[in-house]
Amino acid sequence: MNKTVNQKAWLFVVPVVLLVAFNAIIPLMTVVNYSVQETFGDNTFFWAGVLWFEQVLNSERFHDSLMRQIIFTATILAIEVPLGVAIALTMPRKGVWVPVCLVLMALPLLIPWNVVGAMWNIFALPEIGLLGRMLNGIGFDYNFTRQPEDAWFTLILMDVWHWTSLVVLLSYAGLVSIPDAYYQAAKIDGAGGWAIFRHIQLPKMKRVLTIAILLRFMDSFMIYTEAVVLTGGGPGNSTTLLSIDLVKIALGQFDLGPAAAMSLIYFLIILLVSWVFYTLMMRNEQQ
Amino acid sequence: MKRVSWIVPTLYIILLMLPIYWLLNMSFKTTNEILGAFTLWPRDFTFENYVTIFTDPTWYMGYVNSLLYVSFNTVLSVAVALPAAYAFSRYRFIGDKHLFFWLLTNRMAPPAVFALPFFQLYSAVGLFDTHIAVALAHTLFNIPLAVWILEGFMSGVPKELDETAYVDGHSFWGFFLKIFIPTIAAGIGVAMFFCFMFSWVELLLAKTLTAVDAKPISATMTRTASTSGYELGLLAAAGTLTIIPGAFVIYFVRNYIAKGFALGRV
Repeated sequence: MNKTVNQKAWLFVVPVVLLVAFNAIIPLMTVVNYSVQETFGDNTFFWAGVLWFEQVLNSERFHDSLMRQIIFTATILAIEVPLGVAIALTMPRKGVWVPVCLVLMALPLLIPWNVVGAMWNIFALPEIGLLGRMLNGIGFDYNFTRQPEDAWFTLILMDVWHWTSLVVLLSYAGLVSIPDAYYQAAKIDGAGGWAIFRHIQLPKMKRVLTIAILLRFMDSFMIYTEAVVLTGGGPGNSTTLLSIDLVKIALGQFDLGPAAAMSLIYFLIILLVSWVFYTLMMRNEQQ
Repeated sequence: MKRVSWIVPTLYIILLMLPIYWLLNMSFKTTNEILGAFTLWPRDFTFENYVTIFTDPTWYMGYVNSLLYVSFNTVLSVAVALPAAYAFSRYRFIGDKHLFFWLLTNRMAPPAVFALPFFQLYSAVGLFDTHIAVALAHTLFNIPLAVWILEGFMSGVPKELDETAYVDGHSFWGFFLKIFIPTIAAGIGVAMFFCFMFSWVELLLAKTLTAVDAKPISATMTRTASTSGYELGLLAAAGTLTIIPGAFVIYFVRNYIAKGFALGRV
Protein backbone atom coordinates (compact mmCIF):
# COMPACT_ATOMS: atom_id res chain seq x y z
CA MET A 1 0.00 0.00 0.00
CA ASN A 2 1.31 3.46 -0.81
CA LYS A 3 1.40 5.42 2.40
CA THR A 4 1.20 9.17 2.78
CA VAL A 5 3.93 10.97 4.64
CA ASN A 6 2.43 12.49 7.77
CA GLN A 7 4.52 13.43 10.78
CA LYS A 8 1.40 13.87 12.91
CA ALA A 9 1.10 10.08 12.88
CA TRP A 10 3.64 10.18 15.70
CA LEU A 11 0.83 11.35 17.99
CA PHE A 12 -0.89 8.00 17.47
CA VAL A 13 2.21 6.14 18.47
CA VAL A 14 2.99 8.17 21.59
CA PRO A 15 0.95 6.09 24.11
CA VAL A 16 2.55 2.85 22.89
CA VAL A 17 6.03 4.36 22.98
CA LEU A 18 5.53 5.76 26.49
CA LEU A 19 4.24 2.48 27.93
CA VAL A 20 6.83 0.27 26.31
CA ALA A 21 9.62 2.73 27.09
CA PHE A 22 8.63 2.74 30.78
CA ASN A 23 8.82 -1.05 30.80
CA ALA A 24 11.79 -1.52 28.52
CA ILE A 25 14.21 1.39 28.82
CA ILE A 26 14.24 1.92 32.59
CA PRO A 27 14.80 -1.79 33.43
CA LEU A 28 17.30 -2.15 30.61
CA MET A 29 19.27 0.83 31.95
CA THR A 30 19.18 -0.77 35.40
CA VAL A 31 20.71 -3.91 33.91
CA VAL A 32 23.34 -1.91 32.02
CA ASN A 33 24.15 -0.05 35.24
CA TYR A 34 24.71 -3.21 37.22
CA SER A 35 26.71 -4.79 34.43
CA VAL A 36 29.50 -2.18 34.63
CA GLN A 37 29.65 -1.70 38.40
CA GLU A 38 30.98 -3.51 41.43
CA THR A 39 29.29 -3.42 44.83
CA PHE A 40 29.99 -4.75 48.31
CA GLY A 41 26.32 -4.87 49.15
CA ASP A 42 25.96 -1.58 51.04
CA ASN A 43 24.47 0.29 48.11
CA THR A 44 27.78 1.87 47.10
CA PHE A 45 28.91 1.10 43.61
CA PHE A 46 32.26 1.28 41.86
CA TRP A 47 33.01 1.37 38.19
CA ALA A 48 34.01 -2.11 37.04
CA GLY A 49 34.22 -1.61 33.29
CA VAL A 50 33.98 -4.78 31.25
CA LEU A 51 35.11 -7.00 34.14
CA TRP A 52 31.78 -8.82 34.44
CA PHE A 53 31.49 -9.33 30.72
CA GLU A 54 34.96 -10.89 30.59
CA GLN A 55 34.14 -13.02 33.59
CA VAL A 56 30.87 -14.31 32.11
CA LEU A 57 32.28 -14.89 28.63
CA ASN A 58 35.20 -16.86 30.06
CA SER A 59 33.25 -18.86 32.60
CA GLU A 60 32.74 -22.52 31.97
CA ARG A 61 29.37 -22.36 33.69
CA PHE A 62 28.06 -19.90 31.08
CA HIS A 63 29.51 -21.96 28.21
CA ASP A 64 27.79 -25.06 29.54
CA SER A 65 24.36 -23.51 29.94
CA LEU A 66 24.65 -21.78 26.57
CA MET A 67 25.58 -25.10 24.97
CA ARG A 68 22.62 -26.83 26.65
CA GLN A 69 20.37 -24.00 25.48
CA ILE A 70 21.56 -24.31 21.87
CA ILE A 71 21.11 -28.10 21.89
CA PHE A 72 17.62 -27.73 23.38
CA THR A 73 16.47 -25.06 20.90
CA ALA A 74 17.97 -26.87 17.89
CA THR A 75 16.33 -30.15 18.89
CA ILE A 76 12.86 -28.77 19.43
CA LEU A 77 13.00 -26.74 16.19
CA ALA A 78 14.11 -29.84 14.26
CA ILE A 79 11.15 -31.79 15.67
CA GLU A 80 8.37 -29.21 15.92
CA VAL A 81 8.66 -27.53 12.52
CA PRO A 82 8.50 -30.64 10.26
CA LEU A 83 5.95 -32.30 12.56
CA GLY A 84 3.78 -29.18 12.64
CA VAL A 85 3.83 -28.84 8.86
CA ALA A 86 3.01 -32.54 8.42
CA ILE A 87 0.02 -32.30 10.76
CA ALA A 88 -1.23 -29.11 9.08
CA LEU A 89 -1.04 -30.83 5.68
CA THR A 90 -3.16 -33.76 6.83
CA MET A 91 -5.78 -31.66 8.63
CA PRO A 92 -9.22 -31.31 7.05
CA ARG A 93 -9.75 -27.98 5.24
CA LYS A 94 -13.54 -27.91 5.39
CA GLY A 95 -16.34 -29.40 7.44
CA VAL A 96 -17.41 -29.85 11.02
CA TRP A 97 -14.08 -31.31 12.13
CA VAL A 98 -12.12 -28.13 11.44
CA PRO A 99 -13.19 -26.18 14.56
CA VAL A 100 -12.92 -29.33 16.69
CA CYS A 101 -9.33 -29.90 15.55
CA LEU A 102 -8.39 -26.24 16.00
CA VAL A 103 -9.86 -25.90 19.48
CA LEU A 104 -8.34 -29.16 20.78
CA MET A 105 -4.95 -28.43 19.26
CA ALA A 106 -4.83 -24.86 20.61
CA LEU A 107 -5.59 -26.05 24.14
CA PRO A 108 -1.96 -26.66 25.29
CA LEU A 109 -1.06 -23.10 24.22
CA LEU A 110 -3.41 -21.60 26.81
CA ILE A 111 -2.32 -23.55 29.86
CA PRO A 112 -0.21 -21.50 32.30
CA TRP A 113 3.41 -22.51 31.98
CA ASN A 114 3.86 -23.70 35.54
CA VAL A 115 0.75 -25.88 35.14
CA VAL A 116 2.35 -27.36 32.02
CA GLY A 117 5.43 -28.19 34.09
CA ALA A 118 3.40 -29.57 37.00
CA MET A 119 1.17 -31.57 34.66
CA TRP A 120 4.17 -33.20 32.97
CA ASN A 121 5.79 -33.81 36.31
CA ILE A 122 2.72 -35.77 37.45
CA PHE A 123 2.41 -37.44 34.04
CA ALA A 124 6.04 -38.61 33.94
CA LEU A 125 6.69 -39.62 37.55
CA PRO A 126 7.97 -43.22 37.42
CA GLU A 127 5.72 -44.50 40.20
CA ILE A 128 2.41 -42.70 39.71
CA GLY A 129 2.61 -41.11 36.27
CA LEU A 130 1.06 -42.64 33.18
CA LEU A 131 4.14 -42.00 31.00
CA GLY A 132 6.61 -43.15 33.65
CA ARG A 133 4.62 -46.30 34.35
CA MET A 134 4.26 -47.09 30.65
CA LEU A 135 7.95 -46.62 29.83
CA ASN A 136 9.01 -48.73 32.81
CA GLY A 137 6.35 -51.28 31.91
CA ILE A 138 7.79 -51.87 28.46
CA GLY A 139 11.27 -52.38 29.84
CA PHE A 140 12.97 -48.98 29.96
CA ASP A 141 14.67 -47.96 33.16
CA TYR A 142 13.04 -44.54 33.14
CA ASN A 143 13.32 -41.98 35.93
CA PHE A 144 13.52 -38.32 34.91
CA THR A 145 14.39 -37.09 38.39
CA ARG A 146 17.55 -39.23 38.55
CA GLN A 147 18.88 -39.77 35.03
CA PRO A 148 19.98 -36.80 32.89
CA GLU A 149 19.06 -38.51 29.59
CA ASP A 150 15.54 -39.15 30.85
CA ALA A 151 15.23 -35.57 32.07
CA TRP A 152 16.21 -34.33 28.60
CA PHE A 153 13.82 -36.73 26.91
CA THR A 154 10.94 -35.55 29.11
CA LEU A 155 11.82 -31.87 28.69
CA ILE A 156 11.88 -32.14 24.89
CA LEU A 157 8.71 -34.23 24.80
CA MET A 158 7.00 -31.62 26.97
CA ASP A 159 8.04 -28.78 24.69
CA VAL A 160 6.91 -30.70 21.59
CA TRP A 161 3.58 -31.35 23.31
CA HIS A 162 3.28 -27.72 24.37
CA TRP A 163 4.28 -25.85 21.22
CA THR A 164 3.92 -28.00 18.07
CA SER A 165 0.33 -26.73 17.83
CA LEU A 166 1.60 -23.20 17.25
CA VAL A 167 3.47 -24.39 14.14
CA VAL A 168 0.38 -26.37 13.11
CA LEU A 169 -1.95 -23.36 13.45
CA LEU A 170 0.41 -21.04 11.57
CA SER A 171 1.05 -23.52 8.73
CA TYR A 172 -2.64 -24.28 8.53
CA ALA A 173 -3.41 -20.58 8.20
CA GLY A 174 -0.97 -20.44 5.28
CA LEU A 175 -2.53 -23.50 3.65
CA VAL A 176 -6.15 -22.34 3.79
CA SER A 177 -5.15 -19.08 2.09
CA ILE A 178 -4.25 -21.00 -1.11
CA PRO A 179 -7.07 -20.61 -3.67
CA ASP A 180 -8.61 -23.83 -5.04
CA ALA A 181 -7.67 -22.73 -8.56
CA TYR A 182 -4.02 -23.44 -7.78
CA TYR A 183 -4.75 -27.07 -7.00
CA GLN A 184 -6.93 -27.44 -10.11
CA ALA A 185 -4.14 -26.04 -12.27
CA ALA A 186 -1.70 -28.46 -10.65
CA LYS A 187 -4.05 -31.34 -11.36
CA ILE A 188 -4.30 -30.40 -15.03
CA ASP A 189 -0.52 -30.29 -15.22
CA GLY A 190 -0.43 -33.75 -13.67
CA ALA A 191 1.59 -32.66 -10.63
CA GLY A 192 2.08 -35.28 -7.91
CA GLY A 193 1.77 -34.81 -4.16
CA TRP A 194 5.42 -33.84 -3.67
CA ALA A 195 5.37 -31.36 -6.59
CA ILE A 196 2.26 -29.69 -5.17
CA PHE A 197 3.91 -29.42 -1.76
CA ARG A 198 7.22 -28.14 -3.13
CA HIS A 199 5.88 -25.61 -5.63
CA ILE A 200 2.49 -24.50 -4.29
CA GLN A 201 2.09 -25.21 -0.59
CA LEU A 202 5.61 -24.56 0.66
CA PRO A 203 5.99 -21.14 -1.03
CA LYS A 204 2.58 -20.09 0.34
CA MET A 205 3.57 -21.18 3.84
CA LYS A 206 6.93 -19.46 3.76
CA ARG A 207 5.79 -16.26 5.45
CA VAL A 208 3.89 -17.96 8.26
CA LEU A 209 6.68 -20.50 8.70
CA THR A 210 9.12 -17.62 9.12
CA ILE A 211 6.92 -16.29 11.93
CA ALA A 212 6.62 -19.78 13.42
CA ILE A 213 10.36 -20.45 13.42
CA LEU A 214 11.12 -16.97 14.80
CA LEU A 215 8.57 -17.32 17.62
CA ARG A 216 9.70 -20.83 18.47
CA PHE A 217 13.35 -19.79 18.45
CA MET A 218 12.74 -16.78 20.70
CA ASP A 219 10.42 -18.54 23.12
CA SER A 220 12.45 -21.74 23.43
CA PHE A 221 15.57 -19.66 24.04
CA MET A 222 13.74 -17.93 26.91
CA ILE A 223 12.15 -21.07 28.38
CA TYR A 224 12.08 -20.90 32.17
CA THR A 225 8.92 -21.75 34.09
CA GLU A 226 8.01 -25.09 32.48
CA ALA A 227 11.55 -26.41 32.75
CA VAL A 228 12.02 -25.24 36.34
CA VAL A 229 8.78 -26.82 37.50
CA LEU A 230 9.51 -30.08 35.63
CA THR A 231 13.16 -30.71 36.43
CA GLY A 232 14.38 -27.72 38.46
CA GLY A 233 17.43 -27.67 36.19
CA GLY A 234 18.49 -31.09 37.40
CA PRO A 235 19.45 -33.79 38.00
CA GLY A 236 22.62 -31.93 38.90
CA ASN A 237 22.92 -29.17 36.34
CA SER A 238 22.03 -31.36 33.39
CA THR A 239 18.96 -29.38 32.30
CA THR A 240 20.01 -25.93 33.55
CA LEU A 241 19.19 -23.77 30.54
CA LEU A 242 20.19 -20.11 30.21
CA SER A 243 17.19 -18.53 31.96
CA ILE A 244 17.35 -21.02 34.82
CA ASP A 245 21.04 -20.30 35.33
CA LEU A 246 20.43 -16.56 35.13
CA VAL A 247 17.72 -16.62 37.79
CA LYS A 248 19.97 -18.76 40.00
CA ILE A 249 22.75 -16.18 39.75
CA ALA A 250 20.56 -13.06 40.02
CA LEU A 251 17.93 -14.02 42.59
CA GLY A 252 19.60 -17.02 44.23
CA GLN A 253 23.14 -15.77 44.77
CA PHE A 254 22.38 -12.06 44.26
CA ASP A 255 25.50 -11.63 42.10
CA LEU A 256 24.05 -8.61 40.33
CA GLY A 257 27.08 -7.67 38.24
CA PRO A 258 27.65 -11.04 36.54
CA ALA A 259 23.89 -11.59 36.26
CA ALA A 260 23.43 -8.25 34.50
CA ALA A 261 26.34 -8.88 32.14
CA MET A 262 24.94 -12.31 31.36
CA SER A 263 21.46 -10.80 30.78
CA LEU A 264 22.82 -8.41 28.17
CA ILE A 265 24.82 -11.10 26.37
CA TYR A 266 21.76 -13.36 26.46
CA PHE A 267 19.44 -10.66 25.07
CA LEU A 268 21.97 -9.75 22.36
CA ILE A 269 22.23 -13.36 21.19
CA ILE A 270 18.43 -13.56 20.72
CA LEU A 271 18.31 -10.18 18.96
CA LEU A 272 21.18 -11.03 16.65
CA VAL A 273 19.94 -14.48 15.63
CA SER A 274 16.38 -13.20 15.08
CA TRP A 275 17.61 -10.26 13.03
CA VAL A 276 19.91 -12.38 10.83
CA PHE A 277 17.21 -15.00 10.25
CA TYR A 278 14.55 -12.38 9.50
CA THR A 279 16.80 -10.47 7.09
CA LEU A 280 17.82 -13.62 5.25
CA MET A 281 14.22 -14.80 4.88
CA MET A 282 13.04 -11.41 3.64
CA ARG A 283 15.87 -11.11 1.12
CA ASN A 284 15.04 -14.60 -0.09
CA GLU A 285 11.42 -13.62 -0.53
CA GLN A 286 12.20 -10.57 -2.60
CA GLN A 287 14.27 -12.51 -5.13
CA MET B 1 -3.34 -41.53 0.86
CA LYS B 2 -6.44 -39.35 1.20
CA ARG B 3 -8.32 -42.00 3.12
CA VAL B 4 -5.71 -42.52 5.82
CA SER B 5 -4.70 -38.89 6.26
CA TRP B 6 -7.13 -38.31 9.15
CA ILE B 7 -5.03 -40.69 11.26
CA VAL B 8 -2.21 -38.16 11.76
CA PRO B 9 -4.27 -35.33 13.31
CA THR B 10 -6.32 -37.84 15.31
CA LEU B 11 -3.22 -39.47 16.80
CA TYR B 12 -1.76 -36.05 17.52
CA ILE B 13 -4.89 -34.91 19.35
CA ILE B 14 -4.98 -38.13 21.39
CA LEU B 15 -1.36 -37.57 22.42
CA LEU B 16 -2.18 -33.96 23.34
CA MET B 17 -5.07 -35.08 25.52
CA LEU B 18 -3.16 -37.77 27.47
CA PRO B 19 -1.35 -35.48 29.98
CA ILE B 20 -4.52 -33.39 30.34
CA TYR B 21 -6.52 -36.55 31.07
CA TRP B 22 -3.96 -37.59 33.66
CA LEU B 23 -4.26 -34.21 35.38
CA LEU B 24 -8.06 -34.50 35.39
CA ASN B 25 -7.81 -38.07 36.67
CA MET B 26 -5.53 -37.01 39.54
CA SER B 27 -7.78 -34.12 40.48
CA PHE B 28 -10.66 -36.48 41.37
CA LYS B 29 -8.51 -38.81 43.46
CA THR B 30 -7.76 -38.73 47.16
CA THR B 31 -4.13 -38.28 48.21
CA ASN B 32 -4.18 -41.85 49.49
CA GLU B 33 -5.19 -43.26 46.16
CA ILE B 34 -2.62 -41.17 44.28
CA LEU B 35 0.25 -42.33 46.42
CA GLY B 36 -1.06 -45.79 47.23
CA ALA B 37 -2.12 -47.32 43.94
CA PHE B 38 -1.69 -46.82 40.22
CA THR B 39 -5.18 -46.45 38.77
CA LEU B 40 -6.21 -45.39 35.28
CA TRP B 41 -9.37 -43.73 36.56
CA PRO B 42 -10.41 -42.64 40.07
CA ARG B 43 -11.75 -45.60 42.07
CA ASP B 44 -12.48 -43.46 45.05
CA PHE B 45 -14.10 -40.56 43.21
CA THR B 46 -13.95 -37.33 45.21
CA PHE B 47 -14.76 -33.64 44.75
CA GLU B 48 -12.80 -32.81 47.90
CA ASN B 49 -9.96 -31.07 46.04
CA TYR B 50 -12.35 -28.78 44.16
CA VAL B 51 -14.32 -28.04 47.31
CA THR B 52 -11.12 -26.93 49.04
CA ILE B 53 -10.29 -24.56 46.19
CA PHE B 54 -13.73 -22.98 46.02
CA THR B 55 -14.03 -22.48 49.79
CA ASP B 56 -10.53 -21.28 50.63
CA PRO B 57 -10.00 -17.60 49.72
CA THR B 58 -6.22 -18.01 49.28
CA TRP B 59 -7.09 -20.40 46.44
CA TYR B 60 -10.04 -18.80 44.71
CA MET B 61 -8.74 -15.27 45.07
CA GLY B 62 -5.80 -16.46 42.97
CA TYR B 63 -8.19 -16.96 40.06
CA VAL B 64 -9.83 -13.60 40.62
CA ASN B 65 -6.42 -11.88 40.71
CA SER B 66 -5.23 -13.60 37.55
CA LEU B 67 -8.43 -12.78 35.65
CA LEU B 68 -8.30 -9.16 36.82
CA TYR B 69 -4.79 -8.38 35.65
CA VAL B 70 -5.16 -10.42 32.45
CA SER B 71 -8.35 -8.53 31.49
CA PHE B 72 -6.83 -5.17 32.32
CA ASN B 73 -3.72 -6.01 30.33
CA THR B 74 -5.72 -7.19 27.31
CA VAL B 75 -7.90 -4.07 27.20
CA LEU B 76 -4.97 -1.70 27.75
CA SER B 77 -2.69 -3.39 25.19
CA VAL B 78 -5.29 -3.44 22.44
CA ALA B 79 -6.57 0.07 23.21
CA VAL B 80 -3.17 1.74 22.82
CA ALA B 81 -2.12 -0.57 19.99
CA LEU B 82 -5.13 0.41 17.82
CA PRO B 83 -4.09 4.00 16.98
CA ALA B 84 -0.43 2.98 16.74
CA ALA B 85 -1.19 0.15 14.32
CA TYR B 86 -3.31 2.58 12.28
CA ALA B 87 -0.39 5.01 12.07
CA PHE B 88 1.99 2.24 10.96
CA SER B 89 -0.42 0.89 8.35
CA ARG B 90 -1.49 4.24 6.83
CA TYR B 91 1.31 6.78 7.21
CA ARG B 92 5.01 7.17 6.76
CA PHE B 93 6.78 9.24 9.39
CA ILE B 94 10.30 9.81 10.61
CA GLY B 95 11.67 6.69 12.26
CA ASP B 96 8.62 4.53 11.57
CA LYS B 97 10.55 1.40 10.54
CA HIS B 98 13.05 1.67 13.38
CA LEU B 99 10.27 2.22 15.86
CA PHE B 100 8.41 -0.84 14.61
CA PHE B 101 11.52 -2.99 14.92
CA TRP B 102 12.31 -1.58 18.36
CA LEU B 103 8.80 -2.50 19.51
CA LEU B 104 9.28 -6.05 18.25
CA THR B 105 12.65 -6.40 20.01
CA ASN B 106 10.76 -6.16 23.30
CA ARG B 107 8.98 -9.38 22.39
CA MET B 108 12.48 -10.95 22.33
CA ALA B 109 13.48 -9.91 25.84
CA PRO B 110 13.70 -12.92 28.18
CA PRO B 111 11.49 -12.29 31.26
CA ALA B 112 14.31 -13.72 33.38
CA VAL B 113 16.42 -10.69 32.37
CA PHE B 114 13.73 -8.26 33.47
CA ALA B 115 12.55 -9.93 36.66
CA LEU B 116 14.84 -8.10 39.10
CA PRO B 117 14.76 -4.63 37.46
CA PHE B 118 10.96 -4.87 37.24
CA PHE B 119 10.76 -5.65 40.93
CA GLN B 120 12.87 -2.57 41.71
CA LEU B 121 11.02 -0.32 39.26
CA TYR B 122 7.52 -1.22 40.43
CA SER B 123 8.55 -1.05 44.08
CA ALA B 124 10.00 2.41 43.49
CA VAL B 125 6.76 3.75 41.96
CA GLY B 126 4.69 2.12 44.70
CA LEU B 127 2.81 -0.32 42.51
CA PHE B 128 4.33 -3.53 43.90
CA ASP B 129 1.72 -6.21 44.65
CA THR B 130 -1.06 -4.54 42.66
CA HIS B 131 -2.94 -5.87 39.65
CA ILE B 132 -1.90 -2.76 37.75
CA ALA B 133 1.78 -3.66 38.13
CA VAL B 134 1.38 -7.06 36.52
CA ALA B 135 -0.91 -5.70 33.80
CA LEU B 136 1.59 -2.95 32.97
CA ALA B 137 4.56 -5.33 33.06
CA HIS B 138 2.86 -7.70 30.64
CA THR B 139 2.33 -4.88 28.14
CA LEU B 140 6.09 -5.18 27.50
CA PHE B 141 5.50 -8.16 25.24
CA ASN B 142 1.76 -7.81 24.52
CA ILE B 143 1.75 -4.29 23.03
CA PRO B 144 4.36 -5.18 20.38
CA LEU B 145 2.39 -8.30 19.53
CA ALA B 146 -0.95 -6.44 19.36
CA VAL B 147 0.54 -3.70 17.15
CA TRP B 148 2.04 -6.34 14.88
CA ILE B 149 -1.22 -8.30 14.47
CA LEU B 150 -3.47 -5.24 14.12
CA GLU B 151 -1.15 -3.62 11.60
CA GLY B 152 -1.44 -6.75 9.46
CA PHE B 153 -5.23 -6.64 9.56
CA MET B 154 -5.43 -2.88 8.92
CA SER B 155 -3.12 -3.11 5.91
CA GLY B 156 -5.65 -5.52 4.43
CA VAL B 157 -8.35 -2.80 4.47
CA PRO B 158 -8.19 -0.63 1.32
CA LYS B 159 -7.40 3.03 1.88
CA GLU B 160 -10.43 4.03 -0.21
CA LEU B 161 -12.56 3.25 2.84
CA ASP B 162 -10.88 6.07 4.78
CA GLU B 163 -11.10 8.51 1.86
CA THR B 164 -14.78 7.85 1.14
CA ALA B 165 -15.62 8.40 4.79
CA TYR B 166 -13.91 11.80 4.82
CA VAL B 167 -15.71 12.81 1.62
CA ASP B 168 -18.99 11.81 3.31
CA GLY B 169 -18.18 14.32 6.03
CA HIS B 170 -17.07 12.06 8.87
CA SER B 171 -14.53 13.47 11.28
CA PHE B 172 -11.41 11.33 11.85
CA TRP B 173 -12.53 9.93 15.19
CA GLY B 174 -16.07 9.43 13.91
CA PHE B 175 -14.69 7.38 11.05
CA PHE B 176 -12.20 5.51 13.25
CA LEU B 177 -14.67 4.51 15.94
CA LYS B 178 -17.84 3.98 13.90
CA ILE B 179 -16.54 2.61 10.60
CA PHE B 180 -12.94 1.44 10.88
CA ILE B 181 -13.07 -0.48 14.15
CA PRO B 182 -16.13 -2.55 13.15
CA THR B 183 -14.38 -3.34 9.84
CA ILE B 184 -11.38 -4.88 11.58
CA ALA B 185 -13.37 -6.51 14.40
CA ALA B 186 -11.89 -9.91 13.51
CA GLY B 187 -8.37 -8.52 13.88
CA ILE B 188 -9.21 -7.02 17.26
CA GLY B 189 -10.56 -10.42 18.32
CA VAL B 190 -7.35 -12.15 17.29
CA ALA B 191 -5.16 -9.52 18.98
CA MET B 192 -7.18 -9.82 22.19
CA PHE B 193 -6.88 -13.59 22.03
CA PHE B 194 -3.09 -13.42 21.90
CA CYS B 195 -2.84 -10.77 24.62
CA PHE B 196 -5.06 -12.86 26.86
CA MET B 197 -3.04 -15.96 26.09
CA PHE B 198 0.42 -14.58 26.80
CA SER B 199 -0.67 -12.72 29.93
CA TRP B 200 -2.56 -15.74 31.28
CA VAL B 201 0.31 -18.19 30.84
CA GLU B 202 3.17 -15.97 32.04
CA LEU B 203 4.29 -16.58 35.59
CA LEU B 204 7.84 -15.38 36.21
CA LEU B 205 6.99 -11.64 36.09
CA ALA B 206 3.56 -12.06 37.66
CA LYS B 207 5.13 -13.90 40.58
CA THR B 208 7.99 -11.44 40.98
CA LEU B 209 5.66 -8.42 41.10
CA THR B 210 3.15 -9.75 43.63
CA ALA B 211 3.19 -10.91 47.23
CA VAL B 212 -0.27 -11.25 48.78
CA ASP B 213 -2.99 -8.97 47.42
CA ALA B 214 -2.55 -9.62 43.71
CA LYS B 215 -1.01 -13.07 43.77
CA PRO B 216 -1.92 -15.04 40.62
CA ILE B 217 -3.35 -18.54 40.81
CA SER B 218 -0.26 -20.10 39.28
CA ALA B 219 1.90 -18.59 42.04
CA THR B 220 -0.46 -19.96 44.70
CA MET B 221 0.10 -23.35 43.11
CA THR B 222 3.90 -23.26 43.14
CA ARG B 223 3.97 -21.99 46.70
CA THR B 224 1.65 -24.76 47.85
CA ALA B 225 3.79 -27.34 46.12
CA SER B 226 6.92 -26.15 47.85
CA THR B 227 5.63 -25.37 51.34
CA SER B 228 3.16 -28.05 52.38
CA GLY B 229 4.86 -30.97 50.71
CA TYR B 230 3.14 -32.47 47.73
CA GLU B 231 -0.62 -32.29 47.76
CA LEU B 232 -0.89 -33.68 44.28
CA GLY B 233 -4.67 -33.97 44.13
CA LEU B 234 -5.15 -30.33 45.10
CA LEU B 235 -2.45 -29.25 42.69
CA ALA B 236 -4.09 -31.23 39.89
CA ALA B 237 -7.51 -29.72 40.63
CA ALA B 238 -6.07 -26.20 40.61
CA GLY B 239 -4.27 -26.97 37.35
CA THR B 240 -7.42 -28.31 35.75
CA LEU B 241 -9.30 -25.13 36.66
CA THR B 242 -6.62 -22.95 35.00
CA ILE B 243 -7.32 -24.70 31.68
CA ILE B 244 -11.00 -23.67 31.63
CA PRO B 245 -10.72 -19.90 30.90
CA GLY B 246 -8.33 -20.65 28.05
CA ALA B 247 -10.69 -23.24 26.61
CA PHE B 248 -13.54 -20.71 26.69
CA VAL B 249 -11.50 -18.07 24.93
CA ILE B 250 -10.39 -20.49 22.20
CA TYR B 251 -13.96 -21.57 21.65
CA PHE B 252 -15.10 -17.99 21.05
CA VAL B 253 -12.35 -17.18 18.55
CA ARG B 254 -12.18 -20.60 16.87
CA ASN B 255 -13.22 -19.22 13.49
CA TYR B 256 -10.59 -16.50 13.57
CA ILE B 257 -7.55 -18.44 14.75
CA ALA B 258 -6.60 -19.78 11.32
CA LYS B 259 -7.41 -16.55 9.47
CA GLY B 260 -5.75 -14.32 12.04
CA PHE B 261 -2.31 -15.75 11.54
CA ALA B 262 -2.48 -15.61 7.74
CA LEU B 263 -3.32 -11.89 7.67
CA GLY B 264 -0.70 -10.92 10.21
CA ARG B 265 2.23 -9.49 8.29
CA VAL B 266 5.83 -10.13 9.30
